[in-house]
Amino acid sequence: MTNAPIKVVIAKPGLDGHDVGAKIVCRALIEAGMEVVYTGLRKSPQAIAQTAVSEDATVLGLSVLSGAHLPLTAKVRAALAELGGAEVALIVGGNIPSQDFAALADLGVAAVFPTSTPMDEIVTFVRRTAAQRSSA
Amino acid sequence: MSAGSSKDARPLTWESGLDIKPVYGPGELEASGGSGAIGQPGAFPYTRGIHPHMYRSRPFTMRQYSGFGTATQTHERFLYLIKQGNTGLNVAFDLPTQCGLDSDNPMAEGEVGRVGMAVDTLADMEEAFDGIPLNEISVSLTINGSAVAIMAMYFALARKRGLDLATLRGTAQNDILKEFVGRGTWIFPVEESVRLVVDTMEFCAQHAPKYSPVSVCGYHIRESGASPAQEMAYGLAIASAYLRRALERGLDADRVARGLTFNFDIYGNLWEQVCKFRAGRRLWARILRDEFGVEDPKSQQLRMIAGGGGGGLTIEQPENNIMRGAYYALASALGGTQTMALCSFDEAYTIPSEHAAKLSLRTMQLLVHEVGLADTVDPLAGSYFVETLTNEMEEKILEVMADLKERGGIVQGIAEGRVQAEVSRHAYEREKKLHSGETKKVGVNIHREEEEERVIEFHPFEQSQADEQRARLAAVRAERDPAAVESALSALGAAASSGANVMPAAIDAVEAYATVGEVCGTLRGVFGTFDEPIRF
Repeated sequence: MTNAPIKVVIAKPGLDGHDVGAKIVCRALIEAGMEVVYTGLRKSPQAIAQTAVSEDATVLGLSVLSGAHLPLTAKVRAALAELGGAEVALIVGGNIPSQDFAALADLGVAAVFPTSTPMDEIVTFVRRTAAQRSSA
Repeated sequence: MSAGSSKDARPLTWESGLDIKPVYGPGELEASGGSGAIGQPGAFPYTRGIHPHMYRSRPFTMRQYSGFGTATQTHERFLYLIKQGNTGLNVAFDLPTQCGLDSDNPMAEGEVGRVGMAVDTLADMEEAFDGIPLNEISVSLTINGSAVAIMAMYFALARKRGLDLATLRGTAQNDILKEFVGRGTWIFPVEESVRLVVDTMEFCAQHAPKYSPVSVCGYHIRESGASPAQEMAYGLAIASAYLRRALERGLDADRVARGLTFNFDIYGNLWEQVCKFRAGRRLWARILRDEFGVEDPKSQQLRMIAGGGGGGLTIEQPENNIMRGAYYALASALGGTQTMALCSFDEAYTIPSEHAAKLSLRTMQLLVHEVGLADTVDPLAGSYFVETLTNEMEEKILEVMADLKERGGIVQGIAEGRVQAEVSRHAYEREKKLHSGETKKVGVNIHREEEEERVIEFHPFEQSQADEQRARLAAVRAERDPAAVESALSALGAAASSGANVMPAAIDAVEAYATVGEVCGTLRGVFGTFDEPIRF
């Protein structure tokens, strides 16, 4: 067990500019002692995957509120695989209807945190994921 | 329980940071500055509203936000809304259009027609507004980053129909500074973005004086985390920044100020919203008169659209949003709005269904026709509580504006990402208060129903519509005169580099069926793009 902070990349794929939630999640993770890289708006799936891989992130969080979460997540997942980041735990947040949770899980998404999820849940999930990774 | 004993009254502070007493009387009003600044309705400083008879002479305009899929579908929705009694149209565009990308751009994949109407060329606008009299229906275009292209199309459409641009009523949102703080459809760097806004202000002042080129949006800044006082302060600071630059260009203050309208948010405490509007209206009139030398009373008036705050709606127990919408509408009317648009109850998670949008419209109609909100002007005037808090709210707004000025002003603050960081810090604090229960939200942290079955009818997204839109674009590209497009775009690029107003060249370009992507691409080539500062 190392004392290095858990590293998380939070990203906004696609064109959706609603970043309130993404920034709230960033602040909650920072406050929980994690190292957070926020990509800013309108990043391509390749650029996001590249950031996650080069930052050696444990968790990559995608925030999508436009409804385009399925195609965007698929692209990021593919880019991660291509760049050797298949191990990064991918999570998705935003305006995600429950009927899409299964489809996201099929895409390899580790957890979905729809709008109004308490921040604690996300922090706990990231911590647990990091603990599993370091003991594996 | 002993009524009136002091231990019953727990401390209460509004989100804006104003402490609220359990009882107000003449002493509190005097201490806050008295009633001298209330004035008469329709007269400076417009605390009581901008018209002498307000809704008695004309009820607020009801204008629901709409648009999705292709121009054909949006056109059908427009006709439906007009038939239902909407007196204006408020057009939503899809994200590729808002970001200045064509529907066949790889970045547009999955987003074409999703959150609004897809527009690539003038042909789409021609279809969307087919048979709708542009000089009779007031049309509001919710467009910012790519506003030059879309406004050019709207003016080109009017020109093609033989209409004098001077007869056009309506507004473009076109408030790029707030896009950097919230909403995010910026394209160019901050200074160049502001210059484009001023180009549209200049063009409208000269050619379309009844058209309002900018609707300054406190709305999205509030949605991004700001308090009501900050929302008003940032909004007025942004409006002042545009105006200052327009005056530096030698434009007439009275004329340009008249083209500035506002868009404000409503959710949370009813009284706080009402005081925000009454104080903001008064403050704006004073700023215009004292700082900008605006003398024409018509130009000193803060005209606004104010209605539903999406941020107040919840995905939990969504029918509660119908009641929230009704109270927000009440606040809007008591605040003296000119135009009202409510968020529909399903808007916390999707594009409103026809049913939900109709309920919003009926809510507004009910206020006017059944409940009596149009009976008399500014019914809260003279209330010790409301007048005291209007005074205190004005002080609070001034305080935020002074602080902003001291730190280099709003434009610099946005370019450096400081304003964004401040607003997002507030959003985080708000979230924590919601989580701890300090801020109460029915259905969320009180009266929650854990076993609730949440059935969400999501607005359908049809891939076939996106394919159809790309086919339309390909057809227009094939039919247009490529030489005419090329020469118009190079004239646009030249205007952008030389500092000349880009609007005439942009209108020529879209008339030749240059695409939104080509117009914005030309400007990107000259200005570059905004490099988002990440600050926490």
